[in-house]
Amino acid sequence: MDFQVVVLAGGTSKNLTPLVSKEVPKPLLPVANRPVLYYVLHQLEQSNLKDLIVVVEGKDAALLVGGWISGTFVDRLHVEIAAVPEDIGSAGAIRAISHHLTANDILVVSGDLVSDVPPGAVAANHRRHDAVVTAMLCSVPISGPSESGSSGGKDKTKKPGRYNIIGLDPGKQFLLHIATGAEIEKDTRLQKRILRAVGEMEIRSDLMDAHMYAFKRSVLQEVLDRKDTLQSLKQDVLPYLVRSQLKSEALLNRIPRAEENGNEKVSSQNNQVMVSQILANASTPSFHDLCSVSHDGSAPIRKTHKCCAYIASSSSYCARLNSIQAFMDINRDVTGEADHLLSSISDHNNIVGPSTKLGTKTTVGPHCMLGEGSEMGDKCQVKRSVIGRHCRIGSHVKVVNSVVMNHVTIGDGCIIQGSVICSNVQLQERVVLKDCQVGAGFVVTAGSEYKGESLARKEK
Amino acid sequence: MVAQKKGATARVSEDPEELARHPLQAILLADSFTTKFRPITLERPKVLLPLANIPMIDYTLAWLESAGVEEVFVFCCAHSKQVIDYLESSDWSSQPNFLVTTIESHNSISAGDALRLIYERHVIHGDFVLISGDTVSNMSLTQALQEHKERRKKDANAIMTMVVKQSKPSPITQQSRLGTDELFMAINPDTKQLLCYEDKAEYSKGFISLDKTLIADNPSTVLHNDKQDCYIDICSEEVLSLFTDNFDYQHLRRHFVKGLLVDDIMGYKIFTHEIHSSYAARIDNFRSYDTISKDIIQRWTYPFVPDVLCGNSAIRVERRGTYRASEITLSRSAQIGPFIVIGQGTEIGNDTKISHSVIGEGCTIGSNVTIEGSYIWNNVTIEDGCELRHAIVCDGVTMKSGAVLEPGVVLSFKVVVGQQFVVPAYSMVSLLQQPTQQDSDEELEYADSSSGNVELPSAKLNGDITSDLSETRHGPTSELGTGGVGYIWSIFEGGHDEEWRHSVAPIPTDKLAKIMLDKDEDEELLTQDGNVLSPSGELKSDSDANDSEDGDNEGSRDDYVSFEKEVEATFLRAVHENVKVDHVILEVNALRLSYNMASVDCAGAIFYSMMKLAVESPHSSSSELHRNAADVITTWQNLLKSFLHDIDEEIEVILKFEEICLESAKEFSPLFAQILHLLYDKDILEEDAILRWADEKEGADESDKVFVQRAEKFLQWLREAEEEED
Repeated sequence: MDFQVVVLAGGTSKNLTPLVSKEVPKPLLPVANRPVLYYVLHQLEQSNLKDLIVVVEGKDAALLVGGWISGTFVDRLHVEIAAVPEDIGSAGAIRAISHHLTANDILVVSGDLVSDVPPGAVAANHRRHDAVVTAMLCSVPISGPSESGSSGGKDKTKKPGRYNIIGLDPGKQFLLHIATGAEIEKDTRLQKRILRAVGEMEIRSDLMDAHMYAFKRSVLQEVLDRKDTLQSLKQDVLPYLVRSQLKSEALLNRIPRAEENGNEKVSSQNNQVMVSQILANASTPSFHDLCSVSHDGSAPIRKTHKCCAYIASSSSYCARLNSIQAFMDINRDVTGEADHLLSSISDHNNIVGPSTKLGTKTTVGPHCMLGEGSEMGDKCQVKRSVIGRHCRIGSHVKVVNSVVMNHVTIGDGCIIQGSVICSNVQLQERVVLKDCQVGAGFVVTAGSEYKGESLARKEK
Repeated sequence: MVAQKKGATARVSEDPEELARHPLQAILLADSFTTKFRPITLERPKVLLPLANIPMIDYTLAWLESAGVEEVFVFCCAHSKQVIDYLESSDWSSQPNFLVTTIESHNSISAGDALRLIYERHVIHGDFVLISGDTVSNMSLTQALQEHKERRKKDANAIMTMVVKQSKPSPITQQSRLGTDELFMAINPDTKQLLCYEDKAEYSKGFISLDKTLIADNPSTVLHNDKQDCYIDICSEEVLSLFTDNFDYQHLRRHFVKGLLVDDIMGYKIFTHEIHSSYAARIDNFRSYDTISKDIIQRWTYPFVPDVLCGNSAIRVERRGTYRASEITLSRSAQIGPFIVIGQGTEIGNDTKISHSVIGEGCTIGSNVTIEGSYIWNNVTIEDGCELRHAIVCDGVTMKSGAVLEPGVVLSFKVVVGQQFVVPAYSMVSLLQQPTQQDSDEELEYADSSSGNVELPSAKLNGDITSDLSETRHGPTSELGTGGVGYIWSIFEGGHDEEWRHSVAPIPTDKLAKIMLDKDEDEELLTQDGNVLSPSGELKSDSDANDSEDGDNEGSRDDYVSFEKEVEATFLRAVHENVKVDHVILEVNALRLSYNMASVDCAGAIFYSMMKLAVESPHSSSSELHRNAADVITTWQNLLKSFLHDIDEEIEVILKFEEICLESAKEFSPLFAQILHLLYDKDILEEDAILRWADEKEGADESDKVFVQRAEKFLQWLREAEEEED
């Protein structure tokens, strides 16, 4: 397939402090003991999309990510790593690497997407409709924040549900309206023009934009060049394209699209013919064709473009790691209900690694994962948690609903609930943590108790 | 009978099964409470107008009977006597299982009044069908009733089921078929609950707005632009009491349906029932009259077609959709068809061509006449050589030889068109003079030939008319050529659009193209540079941003913004509903008091609303925009002037205009000087004010003086004029 893939891997996202750090940028955050980026790359490989550009924010992070990819996917994928400055937005990132893009169509995937939706299906759908953009939409995760109510402190947990308001045509093929961000909280305003063209539009608030888009390269580059105010693909570029579809678009006029719109020859004909055509055209194959007819013989050809949607089936898993809550949910889901993601990936998918040592009367419940080389003392309990590699865990330790990364030392009698413990953290004896995040390398002194706090070393 | 009914309701409450056996009732409104069929409706009620030679109400009643309705209450208001007389003389009064009762009113001016009156009579028990007497349908009610009842059992708040039908979504189709405005409906695809109903959405041009709570409550909503409202409703008793409780409800859709949807009264819900293969449409205007007549002739409404409705052998159907009654005298050389109806006793002369038309009873049509797409009622005389295209000709009209009717002409009763006279397109001709517009502002919405005006025609018919007639007869020429009798009505202000939208004539192609272009350009204006500018909110966000610097001012500024919004809404309402200027002034003054504003602010806000109206009216070039602005200013100059008591207020208007040019509507900035001149010409602004404004700006920044410089020429001229005076 003549598709180039751009993976927007991000860098040190502020949403995820203290989990991310200079040593562990966002793409390398572990999900079930693998960097989150692995899941995207693996899905792309499965779909035979092997020509990749991974865009990382920040040079240092790019080096780390590059190192990991070349170590893991050597010979399997053709990957270029591109470093871009921070805070230029996803549209800015594409602008920055624009000169690398050569294929007809570009698939842009967010690096924090953990999903079993095949990217190939999105790409194929895009090709089939000859769309300008195809966005992958998935059901709003029900397993999301609302379920793990115990960790209710986070901002996003309060209002589950609506991420986007999406308008679809009756065949659920075309994307006719999309509202993101702050717009969702306002009254929805729909363009009557588009509505007139389709006749019937379904408004869904139970779908979300999964940040996987297929773009027509020429259009994407043109739009990005012309509109330098567009910052984000999700919030600016996609809504812009959706909004401007089905109408004459001076902006897009220059793009050579003659081969795509063979049915636009009518433009030279006069009004009368046009009108009679419209009236006679009782069963137009697609409303796009109808609207692409010129309204005025002298006017330039009215270009139109199609924005399509690929709706993932409701049984598929799709989540983005863009908050601490999401991090925990995804870790839980991947070891739990969405473990097919793991089993298809992993060549050694033992949930308890082969070289782990468990003390007597230590129980590891279902939906747990213990990394290689970790050791646990006696009478420990692990429930619905992920524990990384080479951790040393003392006796009488309880770990529930938590993520423990690599090389963590946990003293005797600690109780950890709903928390994230980053690498190289040391928890001394009898520490009690509930709904906390502990940044890398932090030392929690013996006997301390924390609830709902974020603990991290001061930046040096 | 009342006692018996009470017994029935008592039993209903005991046994839900009994509900099904309750006699199905219907309310038929034999008055449309509109003026769209004037001038014809000044003399005859709309429901008695012939549709393929059969009065409209017969179609409605026949359908109700076939749909299993057992008792119909016919509500008559305008020309109630004629309706009652007709029903009494017809078969409807003597049907065994179909009871037709009339309810007469003389002072109802809306459907709301009618339903309130019916509620007071206590005649409706249980679910009923609400329909107006101008609806043609052949749908089966069984399924819709069933659905309605089942919903009612589950949810007592489901009080109404509205029948809708698929139509093509294009604005052209809607316009060219029934001549109705486009309709947007939001429907929940699973429950079929109606969530939003927008038929006249001028207020948010180019956009349709869905309430956020609506979307929050319904994860999936389908917004339709491809549905047609059939105006057939299955209602529960509560509907009547709702009308009584909300005495301001007038219009069934605009007030009642929207009221329920928007205000969420007591959680009452409306549902829709979609029909697919059957027919249902309402005659709303001349265009739908034309369309539905054709549908009837083409038998879409079967079994409600002329030959079936008239009984056995009165009308013969021949090939190519020709319906012929008995005793027709037809010349051999006449070319008849396709799709025509000819009534009893009509004579048609040599070489006459008739196609796609309906000819009533007892007509005399001469030789070499061309009739195309026209509706000729009873006892019409058309002399030799006349041409009729897409016209409606009422009873007793005489067309002298060689007269021509251009498309869209309506000749009301007994009009005489003079020899060789050409009646211009879209003319409305009546023996009655056009009612003066005085009483039309508030009432026009609801009242029509009904209510207060009802005396006018009848009185005129008896007395004045004859004198009118004799007068015109004596005169050598009238408005209708030599020997013609009748008045050509002038068109209401703003009615130019309606003229071709609602007429029987096909829409000219240039208008069709214009509809499409207009609809597109509306949005292009609003969608600038990729940013969606809300038509109402754009200035606000801008000015908010500007004013955030002086924080202490913000409170009053916010007040002003909402005040301005209110004034704008008032003004728009005034424009769309023809509210009198005096009333607008009163309303704005009330707003001024409630917001604690000065009259300076009123002037600014009104001027702002006017300019906004001008910029939102469709225009493609700045000269058109200028014309729009001139129109608005001319129409509403009195309103504006009444708030310009002194020079400060006039200066405020100029400053406001500058602000508009800079912020909300930059399209105006090239027109600044021209419009300023216009305001001066209209005596809205005095030269003192303009010069003072220029002086005040003298010391301002260079950037502030852009518009002074624009208007420099005009200012120069003003100054010179002043000097000359000195």
